[in-house]
Amino acid sequence: MTAPLDIDGPAAPPRSNGELVFSQPWESRAFGMAVSLAEAGAFTWPEFRAALIARIAAFETAPPADQPWNYYQLWLAALEDVLAGLRSVSAAEVTTRAQALARRPAGHDHAGDDDDRH
Amino acid sequence: MTATSEPDGRIPPALRTEALEQLLTERGLIDPKAIDKIVTTYETSVGPLNGAKVVARAWTDPQYRQRLLEDGTAAIKELGFSGSQGEHIVVMENTATTHNVVVCTLCSCYPWPVLGLPPSWYKDPAYRSRMVSEPRTVLAEMGLELADDVQITVRDSTSEVRWLVLPERPAGTEHLTEEELVPLVSRDAMVGVAKVAAP
Repeated sequence: MTAPLDIDGPAAPPRSNGELVFSQPWESRAFGMAVSLAEAGAFTWPEFRAALIARIAAFETAPPADQPWNYYQLWLAALEDVLAGLRSVSAAEVTTRAQALARRPAGHDHAGDDDDRH
Repeated sequence: MTATSEPDGRIPPALRTEALEQLLTERGLIDPKAIDKIVTTYETSVGPLNGAKVVARAWTDPQYRQRLLEDGTAAIKELGFSGSQGEHIVVMENTATTHNVVVCTLCSCYPWPVLGLPPSWYKDPAYRSRMVSEPRTVLAEMGLELADDVQITVRDSTSEVRWLVLPERPAGTEHLTEEELVPLVSRDAMVGVAKVAAP
């Protein structure tokens, strides 16, 4: 990141912090899935947290040249790690499904300019 | 922009997330509507407003302030705020001579039920490392200049302890009610990277 401490304003009122919590919709989905699964008892929060710490530590030890820092990307990877460990969902299954989704017609593309998506 | 299928590991995170959500839904492990609700809750009703109410109560009720500093978790629960990630909250008071600032050097531990989701800078590696090594400089960069005689203590959040800063009540607010004080309290002040200013 070029300006990690760049914030909108030091004293923004509580309900409008002037800062996007999620920069893209998928980040909020990844967040919500982890919270939901932990609340449902699929795994404990410390288990997820440990996986997240491991992913962050790995990134910081050897930052991939082609992947800029993105917190929720590591969050997602940690979630996949935990789910793979539980044999709930494997990385290969996610990859296969994601590749299938990528082949959708352009009009249905997740990354398209679909304003209805939150 | 079109998401493309790339070799293994290069799939855009938006697509991986969507794929994962589909698989988990099909297996009955998650309910997309529940995810919607969680996201909405954390984006709106769980937020700095809860923490601001705690701070405003502490400013106007000395006995509550005492309880808050002695047992943050219990005092915050008195106001009805608790839940996942907020079980052990310790409140530190900022004064004219002592300043606490919160960081999580390992990941992003944060008192969610009172402060909502952490801001992006809180999760940034640079904030996490530099706040520990040079807090005065980082705070100044964030717009908070502290005098040299102010003692700064950096509080490192863990899974056991989530820190919440009780900011100093600004001068000139003596006439304001608890309700009037709430909107003055920013999330940044409760993390310790800002002060609360009088209106």
